[in-house]
Amino acid sequence: MSALDDAVRFTFDGRDLTAAPGQTVGAALVTNGVTAWRGTRKEGRPRGLFCGIGVCFDCLVTVDGVSNQRACLVDLCDGMEVRGSLADDAGAPDSSDVSAGADPDSAEETR
Amino acid sequence: MSELRVDVAVVGAGPAGLAAAVAAAEAGAVVAVVDAANQPGGQFWRHRPEVGDADPDGRGHHDWDVFLDLRRRFRAGIAAGRVQHLPGLQVWMASRDDAGFTLRTTRTVVGGEGAGPTVHAARLVLCPGGYDRQLPVPGWDLPGVMAAGGVQAFLKANGALPGRRFVVAGTGPFLLPVAANIAEAGGEVLAVLESSSLSNWLPHWKAAASVPGKALEGAEYAGVFARHRIPYKTRSIVTAIEGGDRVRSVRWAKADADGRALPGTAGVFEDVDVVGFGWGFTPQMELPLSLGAETRVDADGSLVAVVDDRQESSVPGLFLAGEVTGVGGAVLAVLEGQAAGTAAADPAAVVLPAKGAARRDRHRRFARAMHQAHPVPAAWQDWLTPETLVCRCEEVPVSAVTEARDALGAEDSRSLKSFARVGMGWCQGRVCGFAASCLGAGPGEAAGQASLASAAKRPFAVPVPIPELASLDVLDD
Repeated sequence: MSALDDAVRFTFDGRDLTAAPGQTVGAALVTNGVTAWRGTRKEGRPRGLFCGIGVCFDCLVTVDGVSNQRACLVDLCDGMEVRGSLADDAGAPDSSDVSAGADPDSAEETR
Repeated sequence: MSELRVDVAVVGAGPAGLAAAVAAAEAGAVVAVVDAANQPGGQFWRHRPEVGDADPDGRGHHDWDVFLDLRRRFRAGIAAGRVQHLPGLQVWMASRDDAGFTLRTTRTVVGGEGAGPTVHAARLVLCPGGYDRQLPVPGWDLPGVMAAGGVQAFLKANGALPGRRFVVAGTGPFLLPVAANIAEAGGEVLAVLESSSLSNWLPHWKAAASVPGKALEGAEYAGVFARHRIPYKTRSIVTAIEGGDRVRSVRWAKADADGRALPGTAGVFEDVDVVGFGWGFTPQMELPLSLGAETRVDADGSLVAVVDDRQESSVPGLFLAGEVTGVGGAVLAVLEGQAAGTAAADPAAVVLPAKGAARRDRHRRFARAMHQAHPVPAAWQDWLTPETLVCRCEEVPVSAVTEARDALGAEDSRSLKSFARVGMGWCQGRVCGFAASCLGAGPGEAAGQASLASAAKRPFAVPVPIPELASLDVLDD
């Protein structure tokens, strides 16, 4: 089997891309030259990988329709549909997947 | 949601957690191991995904034989029904009652499987590890700036590099393997900028000499640096990172003993893809704090938990090992994990043979020397501009933090959260908590224990989806 047969196919914001097997979504994006895929809420500043181990939440992506996934933790699978927030507006918050303890207006503040 | 009852629960499957789980199981306990990753190893022994029984590659790893031995015993425990491995799960809440401890878990990666199991255990061993400690610097929020450990993790887990041309900066011996591994994987390291001076080690030569393995590692890195012509610049700092949509160039300067840039020494590295920053490590204190473990500030300025010789915290039945009791490397973490696991399984056991205890003490002394030789520069706040972001998530600039401190009297991390929203975003202060605590204390000041603790104390240890909370059948008064 050639390396090309092994390659994992996925889409990023509608673009067809490939990556080596066994990579995370974050690594697959970066090795394809995509270093930023998220915009911050206030100023739309570009963000990509920072901590690389699931601590900082800078690298959030939408994977197969599930928003706010940490790209550094999700293993890339064949046929995955990955979306960033830079392509549409400047990273408006997605209210459909509010998580307790991490959302900016979380229990910690209102306690 | 499934429930599980065991004698000993272990959180984390890195060097400390693996050692604790193996020791507890071999001492006769029924053990459950909750780990955020899909395969054991932690960050230190993070490696390519294992397919089937494929033997993972130990290249770029230290003490790989120790890992393989622990993994073999871990698997033997699973085969014997003594160990239950619960990978891909994070503990979002730990609580204690008369029967012991309860861990509520959520999936690290959201999938269709619903909430994670709830684990009840008579005794608990927490080995959650830590992550790279960060200091803000102008431009550090540009894509391409990464935690030094993040660069290392990228390489170890993916077998690829996140760029071609790297600058590695910060302080401490950890910068050496990061740079060496980049170079050996084919990347170009333009420089390692170490803020400390190696002469800082002179007062600590005894502690250093008592752990000869570390000197050997150092020599190994020196060889790699020479072979790949990596410039190792001590008393040097990054003053600014520049670029538009990503890192392009890095400004740097020589620094005085406190970390102040020296006039006339400024330089620049062009065409940089990745900057890896590491200022020591931040222990993950959420769970020990939520259970009420007594804490102290360690020699490196980190908040850590107080434990006795059996690794038991101030909370009876709660054992801690690895970074949360003081950052000291994998060898120390394994020894502490072994002691914690043994003690958690059998209150009457001798937890470490005399030789192991002596080794543990030498490694603790070495860690202390390392922290003192590689401090966070006292004058790091001088590098900042009013516009530099402190909190990356909520985009809080230095000016907002210092105004809250000076005009509103917000001198601790909790008050700063309320007034300036620093640490209120997605990461809940994991990245900026240390820096914000220092900024609250004032220029040149170290952060106090209370401020560090309030930066790390969270009602939810990790984010948990609302539907999982709603599905809890807990009807306590």
